[in-house]
Amino acid sequence: MREMGAKALRLGIPLGVQLDLTYRCNERCVHCYLDHDDHGEMTTAEIYALLDQLAKAGVFFLTLSGGEIFLRRDLFEIVEHARKLQFSVKLKTNAVMIRRAKAERIAALGVESVQISVYSHRPEAHDAITKLPGSFRRTIEGARLLKAAGVKVSFANVLMKHNADDYPEVKALAQALGADDQVDATITPMMDGDRSILELNVDAAALEQVFRDSSLVGNVEEFCAPPSGPLAEADALDTLPCSAGHTACYVSPYGDVYPCVQFPLACGNVRQTPFGEIWRNSPQLKEVRSITMHDLTGCSTCTHGGSCTRCPGLAYMEGNMRGPSIQDCEKSFARTGVPSSNLLQKKAAAARVAAHAAPNTHPVTWMAVK
Amino acid sequence: MSGTRYVARATKVAARMIGDEMMIMSGLDSSLFSLNVTASVLWQAADGRTLLADIVDRHICTRFDIGRGVALRDAEEMAEDLARHGILRVSDAPIVDAGTMAKGPG
Repeated sequence: MREMGAKALRLGIPLGVQLDLTYRCNERCVHCYLDHDDHGEMTTAEIYALLDQLAKAGVFFLTLSGGEIFLRRDLFEIVEHARKLQFSVKLKTNAVMIRRAKAERIAALGVESVQISVYSHRPEAHDAITKLPGSFRRTIEGARLLKAAGVKVSFANVLMKHNADDYPEVKALAQALGADDQVDATITPMMDGDRSILELNVDAAALEQVFRDSSLVGNVEEFCAPPSGPLAEADALDTLPCSAGHTACYVSPYGDVYPCVQFPLACGNVRQTPFGEIWRNSPQLKEVRSITMHDLTGCSTCTHGGSCTRCPGLAYMEGNMRGPSIQDCEKSFARTGVPSSNLLQKKAAAARVAAHAAPNTHPVTWMAVK
Repeated sequence: MSGTRYVARATKVAARMIGDEMMIMSGLDSSLFSLNVTASVLWQAADGRTLLADIVDRHICTRFDIGRGVALRDAEEMAEDLARHGILRVSDAPIVDAGTMAKGPG
């Protein structure tokens, strides 16, 4: 797989694309970063044309996601077209609408795997997050039907304050069903930039606990080892921050192309420009591709340089795609106990602001009197 | 086999040309295979209706500097190997349901 990725990078091939078919959803998850209106989704014909273009561009891994993909009445036509084009197709769904016939059709189409959002083993906790009564029961039934049909299933469990303690039982539930289980401790800002949902992120103590759970991270000693220091100069020049825009990208239900679903830098729209042209010529994608670790403010000399999992999309949403992602800095701190250089700078800046803020309390009173 | 059998691409696979190699992912266990140029040509021509010997004549001998006998023997070995990995089907009779997957633009 690594060789395949390296070859795709060398040849400029978008190996993996996530295509969101809709932002409409039958759940209203408290942590969701999308709005759920239809602002003019691509038609079936437009999606067929896009899939043809993606295949021509060399895309191998196609993830169909949303929103809830089963709200598209043409979903199976789209999957069938994608499989005729020989994509490795992965579906992301809440599985609420999957019954036996759908599960069997997914299996017959040779879908590689289905990822299902499961937030808790407690029905009331899961349903409180999705805000859809009965969703836990239907989701687990959907997962069972898929497994019975012979489909590979994995659970995606986003950790937040509501469910931070439940992940071991969710993992056990996945194992009992013969499914894989992935835990993600990152709540991302809304696509419109609203950061209020970040308050749902688990606190530092819970994050530390997650990072010290060998069932999730493997070798805890290795995973939480102190950082090995900044990348060597030569490595920093060669090392790319992540695959977004290099061998992967994201297409919205409206045809907008972005480096990644978590990187809302608009690079073009397939309704106006063929995908291949956007992929090759978009100035935004070219800019993303020009960035190496060496260019990252603070990160290039940070002691976590060799092991940091900085997300350029989160950095972009924090204001600078060449800057730090403080969320990832906080993860590095929770993992190792060693603050990143950007975290130290942030704390120093906050201390400076606090020192200056104190004398300003009285003028507010003065303004009120005035 | 003597080239008298039919070969068809397995339907539950993903496949794409990445540069000059065909990458194939088995739907059975997600194993990833990389086929060289010759194997790629054979795999893409395996439509279930054409005899392996005819594929060798039409697609291998015409493109590569190789004698028919050697090409046929290599193709038979290759077909058996790909079949063992579940990414090609081999049959004494035409494989009628092989046309459900497009050859793909890659």
